Amino acid sequence: MTGIVWYLTIFVLAAFVGFEVISKVPSILHTPLMSGSNAIHGIVLVGALVIMGEANGTAQLVLGFIAVFLATLNVVGGFVVTDRMLQMFRAKPDQRSAPLQGGGGHGAVAPATGAARSDAARSDAARSDGAVPVEKPAGM
Amino acid sequence: MALALSMPLSTWRSGVYLLAIIGFVVALKGLSSPRHARRGNIAGAVAALLAIAITFSATEVDHSARNLGLALGAMALGTLVAIPAARLVKMTAMPQMVAVFNGVGGGAAALVSIGELLHIHTTGVSPATYVVVEAVIGVLIGCVSFAGSAIAFAKLQELMATRPIVYPGQQPINAVVGAGILALLLLAVVTGDTAYVLGVLGLSLVLGVIFVLPIGGADVPVLISLLNSFTGLAVAASGFTLGNNLLIVAGTLVGASGMLLTRLMSKAMGRSLPNILFSAFGAVVTATGTAEGLDGKAVKSSTPDDVAVLLAYARKVVIVPGYGLAVAQAQHVVKELADSLSTRGVDVFYAIHPVAGRMPGHMNVLLAEANVPYDELKEMDEANPEMPTADVALVVGANDTVNPAAIDTPGSPIYGMPIIHADQSQHIVFLKRSMRPGFAGIDNALLFDDKTVLLFGDAKDTLQKLVAAVASV
Repeated sequence: MTGIVWYLTIFVLAAFVGFEVISKVPSILHTPLMSGSNAIHGIVLVGALVIMGEANGTAQLVLGFIAVFLATLNVVGGFVVTDRMLQMFRAKPDQRSAPLQGGGGHGAVAPATGAARSDAARSDAARSDGAVPVEKPAGM
Repeated sequence: MALALSMPLSTWRSGVYLLAIIGFVVALKGLSSPRHARRGNIAGAVAALLAIAITFSATEVDHSARNLGLALGAMALGTLVAIPAARLVKMTAMPQMVAVFNGVGGGAAALVSIGELLHIHTTGVSPATYVVVEAVIGVLIGCVSFAGSAIAFAKLQELMATRPIVYPGQQPINAVVGAGILALLLLAVVTGDTAYVLGVLGLSLVLGVIFVLPIGGADVPVLISLLNSFTGLAVAASGFTLGNNLLIVAGTLVGASGMLLTRLMSKAMGRSLPNILFSAFGAVVTATGTAEGLDGKAVKSSTPDDVAVLLAYARKVVIVPGYGLAVAQAQHVVKELADSLSTRGVDVFYAIHPVAGRMPGHMNVLLAEANVPYDELKEMDEANPEMPTADVALVVGANDTVNPAAIDTPGSPIYGMPIIHADQSQHIVFLKRSMRPGFAGIDNALLFDDKTVLLFGDAKDTLQKLVAAVASV
């Protein structure tokens, strides 16, 4: 297979892989996904470096420089911002598995401790559920 | 081992590029679950780092010390700008940030395509027809993505009107620009003259702008997702021009994923993609933005103390957060309120609309930032069956996502969009800054419902007052 046909083959197969891999992402992760895939296309930096290296004359040098600069923004910013988002998601499985009693011991991180404590509080409240008066204030 | 060492450098490079491709697939795969998402992203970053590092071994890149120096300078500059921007951006401004990073990627891809074409010309060889076609496609898609992202950024940042911008002769103008690009493309291919490619570059930027202007603010998230996909395809096109597998695969992965995500998002809004892109929201139903309803009914405003009593004695409270909550940075206070209600025995959960905030999953990120436990967040389909049994729906800074017009007003621009059925709960409390309509720019009849009361003011202030009032009930 020569040049263009070979590349088209790769293109078509990659498209299928892209669909396949992505179709299983839960909707709550759509924002990180958008951001993460946005970072991945920042790999265009590799192409920008080639253009910069090959550049001859002022116009091509300026063009290459801008291309490298923009691509770096894309790849570096993309991965950093995605990591920032995902850092927040990471704490969740810990919180969910946090024991209801003794909320202090589990999490070294303050927020996890707080969540565990409120879990405990909620289970207390649930136990006394019947005792909570449910009056509807009039006129609202 | 001896065999491996004797491999030419270019084979090593291809090997590392293959590793990077695997890394990118692993990264996307990792994003399928919250547990592995971060590791996946790091895998992607490592893959990108390896691929970029090995690229410096290519003779094209390091044959000239001057060019190499400029490349390193541009990378240093880019890193110096990108890291603080990415670290300091507020979570509420995340969609704009993604639009920016996406736009610059599209711009870079367009420049790479055009740069390679210029380079081929300077070597005195006239490029094959398909190389010119690939390059022009790369320039076209990359520039549309760049200019489109810029306008999307301006709309999200509210630097310009978020409503759809329509003007007389819109269709003919679009047609002329489209025909112009096609003509220049053909001229470029036939004559092989790069001047025509520069013409395509200019007209594509215009196309990007006029493509995005008529898209309404509420649809901008879908648009960014589409432009993200475009940039991926532009990168793939530049990979064709350069003959680089890594760019083809990475760009195509993003192109395919972006398309799928775009479709999922438009599905969540109950509309087809062509409908979002080509039917400007228009003047079907316009917002009055006053405190008078369509039939002259006035809204009822209440006080934090009254609402606190209502909340404290409720059995089940559903919080419906919207972008207004994020703007007011009220995600921490709303958690405080939810916690204090929980300790009183009230069953509290959050009902999250798929497009709450500005992007799908955006609200989840914002509430995660405030450490709201995962199991208190219910997605729309899970939350709606519980709405009729809810005593209070506390709508914080949301509007369009609870607007019953989506169900009962066929003429409405949001007709057909699934909503959170706040209207089915016993009482509805809106926390609103003003009577200004939502992002879609239309009135909400629910505000005038007999079951509805409004608390005007900054969401954070109001919530703080509510927390204090609940504590003293």
